[in-house]
Amino acid sequence: MSGFPLRRVRVAEVEQVAARIKRFRFVDIDNAPLSQFSGGSHISVVMHSGDRLMRNPYSLMGSPTDTSSYQISVLHCGADSRGGSKFMHENVAVGSELEISQPLNLFPPVRLAKKHVLVAGGIGITPFMSMMNELDALRSDFELHYGVRSLEDGAYCKYLQSRYGSRVNVYRQDQGQMIPLDAILGEQRLGTHMYVCGPKPMIDWALQTAELQGWPQENLHSEQFSAPPPGKPFVVKLAKSGREIAVKGHQSILEALEEHGVDASFLCRGGACGQCETGVIACDGYIDHNDHFLSEAERVGGKKIMICMSRIQTGSITLDL
Amino acid sequence: MALIFKDETFRDDFTYKNSPATIRRFPFPFIEDQYRYSVNIEPHTPGPKGSVYEFTFDIDEHYVSEMRDRAMVLQEDPGRCQALPHMMTAQWDMLELVMVSLARDYPDLFTLHRDGAHWHWINKPLNIDQKFTFGEVNSLPYEPMEYVGRQIQGDFSLQDQRDGQLWMDAGIITSQADWSLDFDVGMNFFEWHAPVPLAHEAGVFERALKFLLNMQIGQPVRRLNWTMTINPRLDTSPENYPKWGKDRTTVTPENVGEKVHLRVELQGLFRLPRSNAILFSIRGYLMSLEQIVTVPKWGRRLPRVLKSLPPELIEYKGLARYRQTAIDWLEKYDDGAPTSPGGGPD
Repeated sequence: MSGFPLRRVRVAEVEQVAARIKRFRFVDIDNAPLSQFSGGSHISVVMHSGDRLMRNPYSLMGSPTDTSSYQISVLHCGADSRGGSKFMHENVAVGSELEISQPLNLFPPVRLAKKHVLVAGGIGITPFMSMMNELDALRSDFELHYGVRSLEDGAYCKYLQSRYGSRVNVYRQDQGQMIPLDAILGEQRLGTHMYVCGPKPMIDWALQTAELQGWPQENLHSEQFSAPPPGKPFVVKLAKSGREIAVKGHQSILEALEEHGVDASFLCRGGACGQCETGVIACDGYIDHNDHFLSEAERVGGKKIMICMSRIQTGSITLDL
Repeated sequence: MALIFKDETFRDDFTYKNSPATIRRFPFPFIEDQYRYSVNIEPHTPGPKGSVYEFTFDIDEHYVSEMRDRAMVLQEDPGRCQALPHMMTAQWDMLELVMVSLARDYPDLFTLHRDGAHWHWINKPLNIDQKFTFGEVNSLPYEPMEYVGRQIQGDFSLQDQRDGQLWMDAGIITSQADWSLDFDVGMNFFEWHAPVPLAHEAGVFERALKFLLNMQIGQPVRRLNWTMTINPRLDTSPENYPKWGKDRTTVTPENVGEKVHLRVELQGLFRLPRSNAILFSIRGYLMSLEQIVTVPKWGRRLPRVLKSLPPELIEYKGLARYRQTAIDWLEKYDDGAPTSPGGGPD
């Protein structure tokens, strides 16, 4: 059971909401209602750029109960982009047609939490847009701490402050403001959960700050959609079919398999959900585990790889496919 | 075919029986002559017309009487329906899925009008006409899960998803095969499956959990499970064990065909959109051995399967006292001829 059923949508609206961020609004191609979703959900957007096929995950930002359209925000990653965000910014306009997956939630608010502390950096604000919508409707206690480079770079600052008032705290890097996380976490009641989304160093810092304060792991949540890091080309051998597939430098193993028509299982394509876990039969190189799913012991064991994100530095790898 | 609802009982005088057409659509769970454990999960896509898989939720001739039996169980023991406070969104999700599905699939029996949050539900077989506001608990006579659960065959549980686990945090369970919601509520997937033999060692539950955690909206799955029950009793709960446990000692070679029933559960799993919870539906079907053998293929296969069960499973399903009696009776219907693959009748 690989992949997911796709839905065709049309772009109904594109808005530049910050210096490098565009908001896109999608409606069903036949204006049929879309699924409701839960706060923190994302969709995958399928992009055909030249001969390349990309499926990038983007958090849904609108109201979870609005079935008339979905909204995502895309940061133009510039030179760092593998092409997905560049494609969205340069090739997608009002009227464009795209394929999207059903919503999937790998970052849900915990309903048993006494309080929710949301920590966002830059484009990491997006999953919190729907989450706050949901928490507000449920009258749950929450507060947002949102770090931006400047007001020009940060999306939705004014909107969030007008909608949620003092529950929203914005920190401007250009004015030397930092999220005082140590102080924030230090005064939370028991049963509070923290959620962080942003660049990897920020996630690491937030989790570490909480752990040093003795927060339990179960109360800490993070989400990061990182593209599969590029590397050197290598060869994947498939044990069952006996085929050999070349993985290019900018490709993930999963993308290379798909390019060659090999059916492999996947879901989130960000190394978080575990669906693409694949057995490693042999490997004469070093595996770069770029996922968030495998345990430390499993990484050391070297018997499993998440093919949507991870690759090898040199040599070849034989997979149980 | 228009359904004619039977007036029958699942207790005391046990007048429950399947009509000939219902026998043919019984989801016989054994696809080969040898018992083999499998998770047997498949997409819950519409099956053949008239089959129990035709629609999202199956309504059959026993509907009205089953709902009457459920009301009696809940009257005697309100603890059979429980929902922890954080499951209210999931309760509304379930209500929506059930009402929308029934109104779509059985337009002669159920009608749903929706105008924003103003809903109007008509259930003709049970003579219910209810206007309510979606999302407002006070606009219904019960909480949403109980309200709709009193109007649909099968037991239901709602699983919250958090910490990479599923938690059974709500359910309406009145026709169960010897497990207790009151005992299991608040447990996680591994905890409530703890009594199942053999499967843990095989890693079945770890794989199943991983699969379920990634279930997607609009992609429900199903599987069959089975056990055996003495008399067509829906409520074989641990709470009422003193009422039914002793029935196992009443099976004789003379009454085995009438008393012993194969109990098949059509289990469905649905990702719910607003709550990200998972709905688990357990739709039970009961059929006596003497009705089973009216289908020659099943008469041949059932004794062969019962003979091949591993001892742990015989113990777990509580078959030990009467299994041999059942095999001896059933073997009269096994002429040794080969059987066709799959569970359906020839």
